[in-house]
Amino acid sequence: MLKLLKYFKFIDWILSILVVGVIVFQVYLEMELIEYMGNIISLIQQHAQGAELTSQALWDVGWKMILIALGICVSVIVVNFMASMVAARFSKKLRTTIFSKVNSFSMEEMNKFSTASLITRSTNDIKQVEQTIFMTLRMAITAPVMACFAISKIIGSSVELSWTTAGALLVMILLVLFLFFVAVPKFSQIQKKTDKINNVTRENLTGLRVVRAYNAEKEQEEKFEVVNKDLTKTNLFVNRVMALMWPGLELIMNGLTIAIYWVGAYLINVSAIEYYTMVTFTQYAMHVLMSFMFISMLFVFIPRGVVSGRRINEVLSTKSKISDGEGVSTTEENKGTVEFKNVSFKYPDAEEYVLKDISFKVNKGETIAFIGSTGSGKSTLINLIPRFFDATEGEVLVDGEDVKQYKIKELNKKLGYVPQKGYLFSGTIKSNLLYGNKNATDEELEMCLKISQANFVKKLEGGIDYEIAQGGTNVSGGQRQRLSIARALVKKPEILIFDDSFSALDYKTDKNLRKALKKHTKDATKIIVAQRIGTIIDADKIVVLDEGKMVGYGTHDELLKSCEVYKEIALSQLSQEELK
Amino acid sequence: MTKSENKTPKRQHGPMGRGMMGSGEKAKNFKKSMKMLVKSLKPNYTSIVFSLLFAVIGTILALALPNVTKIVSEEIFNSISQNISVNLQKVMTVSLWLVCMSLVSALFSYFQGFILSGVTAKVTKKLRSDISHKINVLPLKYFDTQSYGDILSRVTNDVDTIGQTLNQSLSNIVTCITMLIGSLVMMFVNSWQLTLITLCAMPISLILVSIIVKFSQKFFIKQQNALGEINGIIEENYYAHNIVKTFNAEKRAQKDFEVVNKNLFSSAFISQFLSGSMYPIMNFISNIVYVLICVIGGIMSIKNPVFAVTIVAFIQYMRTFNQQIGQVAQISGTLQSAAAASERVFEFLNEEEQEKESKNKIKLDKIKGLVEFKNVSFGYEEGKPIIHNFSAKILPGQKVAIVGPTGAGKTTLVNLLMRFYEIDKGEILIDGVSTRDMTRENVRALFGMVLQDTWIFDGTIRENISYGTPNKSNKEIEDACCFAHIDHFIRSLPNGYDMMLDETSNISQGQRQLLTIARAMVNNAPMLILDEATSSVDTRTEIMIQKAMDKLTQGRTSFVIAHRLSTIKNADQILVMKNGNIVEQGNHEQLLKQNGFYAELYNSQFAE
Repeated sequence: MLKLLKYFKFIDWILSILVVGVIVFQVYLEMELIEYMGNIISLIQQHAQGAELTSQALWDVGWKMILIALGICVSVIVVNFMASMVAARFSKKLRTTIFSKVNSFSMEEMNKFSTASLITRSTNDIKQVEQTIFMTLRMAITAPVMACFAISKIIGSSVELSWTTAGALLVMILLVLFLFFVAVPKFSQIQKKTDKINNVTRENLTGLRVVRAYNAEKEQEEKFEVVNKDLTKTNLFVNRVMALMWPGLELIMNGLTIAIYWVGAYLINVSAIEYYTMVTFTQYAMHVLMSFMFISMLFVFIPRGVVSGRRINEVLSTKSKISDGEGVSTTEENKGTVEFKNVSFKYPDAEEYVLKDISFKVNKGETIAFIGSTGSGKSTLINLIPRFFDATEGEVLVDGEDVKQYKIKELNKKLGYVPQKGYLFSGTIKSNLLYGNKNATDEELEMCLKISQANFVKKLEGGIDYEIAQGGTNVSGGQRQRLSIARALVKKPEILIFDDSFSALDYKTDKNLRKALKKHTKDATKIIVAQRIGTIIDADKIVVLDEGKMVGYGTHDELLKSCEVYKEIALSQLSQEELK
Repeated sequence: MTKSENKTPKRQHGPMGRGMMGSGEKAKNFKKSMKMLVKSLKPNYTSIVFSLLFAVIGTILALALPNVTKIVSEEIFNSISQNISVNLQKVMTVSLWLVCMSLVSALFSYFQGFILSGVTAKVTKKLRSDISHKINVLPLKYFDTQSYGDILSRVTNDVDTIGQTLNQSLSNIVTCITMLIGSLVMMFVNSWQLTLITLCAMPISLILVSIIVKFSQKFFIKQQNALGEINGIIEENYYAHNIVKTFNAEKRAQKDFEVVNKNLFSSAFISQFLSGSMYPIMNFISNIVYVLICVIGGIMSIKNPVFAVTIVAFIQYMRTFNQQIGQVAQISGTLQSAAAASERVFEFLNEEEQEKESKNKIKLDKIKGLVEFKNVSFGYEEGKPIIHNFSAKILPGQKVAIVGPTGAGKTTLVNLLMRFYEIDKGEILIDGVSTRDMTRENVRALFGMVLQDTWIFDGTIRENISYGTPNKSNKEIEDACCFAHIDHFIRSLPNGYDMMLDETSNISQGQRQLLTIARAMVNNAPMLILDEATSSVDTRTEIMIQKAMDKLTQGRTSFVIAHRLSTIKNADQILVMKNGNIVEQGNHEQLLKQNGFYAELYNSQFAE
């Protein structure tokens, strides 16, 4: 959390210091208000003993009190203004920083944190930190300042009475500690048990048909009862412990008031104090208790903020392992080539290699396809080309140069990447297509849609200006894939990479799409990862992967004869006669 | 103090409604929902009445304290005025009384809390159990139109909200009302003049507060919108991280982000500032009243100095009174959310259940497996039949393939066979007995089922495989696994058959499918319903699944939702579905000859 404070700018520090200053002033005023009230009581007391008292004298004090009340009100508003400002500025800065940080990450860092966790860190955690900053600036400063002032006031009024306050404070701290150590650990247990309830219910819901098919409703309900009982028990315990809090606190405060009056009566008999001292003392003492109460509440709030702060800091202090190279100049003759030279890859901290000793070369305009069962390393392999990861050993060459030497921007310019999940951005179809090339003309867009077989666009309301919802949820999976293929085509890249991007298309569309690609993107090198034999049957080169190793390299016909794994895959999808 | 707006981004009301746990949702029918909630408390009425009684007694005792303390104050004040010693005996007696009163008051408040916690625990537990039970008696129809997340949040969030409301608000309401009335009475008892001053200030602060609320509400909504927008951008960019990178779009994304971030900053700042300003302003009004009481009280004590003591007591009552006014807003917020929560819970609990079955039904045990559809009509929505007058006879041991394009409604037949849905007209006969004349349980026991979305629950592999048939021996389970080609894999796992499975278990889709095949195997039902896997499984596993399924279907009447050519070709009967209806039936050759929808489907998908 403290590490995040480096995102405090000069002005934030100034504001924070001002906040402290104004709070000291405000607390001082609050104490004065009590003091003046004491004055009034004192005036009456003296009057009772024979002194003159006019309403004018009372109003003199009253006006001062109203001024003080106004001062308190203004101070609190000013503090609130500055604290809101600092907190909002801070979270704004933090959001910008974390967002650009995550954008700089490579896939390795994305995987390390997981996308979902990064989202929480960029949203909820920042909100939490913002709240904590705000609370700290208001409560965490007010409470100790208040405690100091109030303590000095009570000691100044009467040492003997201060002892009663110390006693009450001690009891209160004991009570809070008791609650803290008995109940607070159970809070996380409740969370866990609620998760369990959720799990069992989700299980029942997702498996509804299975549960009923196996007549296992009873079994399921019994399972639920077990966790339900468990949760209820913990809940009950915590509630009964926490129910001690308010009656306990009230008892302590009432007890203190009684003690002050009781002890005060003795003190008055020895003329140590006056009646008004007792009255003001009681109020100061309550402030002491309250401020300690607030401080103990901070122990509940601040840790939450600290946890969030730590989570944010983890992201901010992570450096992307993949950085720009020195830049390259490529030659015309190597243009459009992709070559792997003895490439091996393993994930950081993993023992096993995902890819082992992969070598191949593909030339301009050619199509190379990768096939293999899930987990064979197909997708990992093509992730090495746009440097989502870097090869552990060996070299990946694009246009004859090592990808690590490129400026990442330059490398990306050459590539048109189509992921398996056709992820679209909210906006229109047009804005999505223009994502990689702002300057494309409408004709070019239309052409690309045509190649990618996205004829459905015409039927949509507004055609190319059809609004895409967040996550592209208002078009089907197959449509998303075709649009993201079109998006890559608009970029007119040297090299097109398809990561299993045809999987949601039906056979017919798949076939037409490949035909169109062949015809219209003659010059582009095409790299295809696929599950279906049909998709890759007429590739120039096919690489067969099995457990990260190349077990076949050649054309469809060659592989059918020479490669056992390929044959097995092919046979599982097509019948003998269809293969011929 | 929990400002938990980050958890409930959709709340619509302003900062006044930031209760302790308000979810911010409003009930459609507040009165009705509250009535239901109160009704559900019926078995606990006695406990509740007792606890509320305790609350009232505790509160009244607490309220009496300042006025009893006044006796001590008066004694002290008068002694000083007359310059005599304070009567310590009297002070002690009164103080002891005070100690007793506050002790008893605290004790009663705790009793109240203790009893209510018990009631809350009982009620919430029962509500959860009821929901859990309800899930299993509702017709499947209900779930096919509801999201799981919604039902889940009823089990946890909504029941929690109800629990917290019962636990805190119920006693809060009673204490609050007692306090309000009590402190008002005590104020009048002490001084009606001062009371009037206090009451005059109330409308002023109410007006000020409502002005601020109106202002801040606007920015509050703005903030929520900006928050939603920025979360959208974040999600979108993080999920499409690869795209952003390879399209060199980081700068553009950052620029878009900045715009929304700036909006969020200003609206968050203003709404935070405005809502934070409410407290000092209310406090200011309350302080003015405080000053007025001091001064006017002072003027009143010119004639009667001992009135000073009354001022001190009065201030205490005034503070209590003001606090309770603040409480009212908070309580009404919690009640709103409790009503919304209970509305959602009871709405679910009152959903129509599947019809009860009488006990005297025919029970089939050993069957041959003859299945006959007789003039079956069915529609998911009333008046919109999708299956019209369908008849077919499947002989024992035959294999039926159900084919059709995605979305053609292939699972409809499964739904009807398993009686997940009831047919509208006609009947399905098993060995000549209508499924209507059997219990649902009996019908379901006759079928083994392997679906494509494999369902694995938290538990050991062994428990998962013997699901629904808990008395199976280890050997039977292991045999089934050998049979499903998964035994070897299971043994290679840590703890083997006793390995715990959960959501995160590293078990591939294909292996899950094999596990569910083993489950169906152990279940050993005379008939089968299978759903063949599509693309998510790798080739080798797919072959294993295929083999296991083939073995499973041997000698059993089976219904297969087929994607695989070989299955379809080998089937004894093929049912071709389109738009929910069965459009053609026959075997492969017959259907090809018909040259209808099946032929078209076959040619487009399988002919390269």
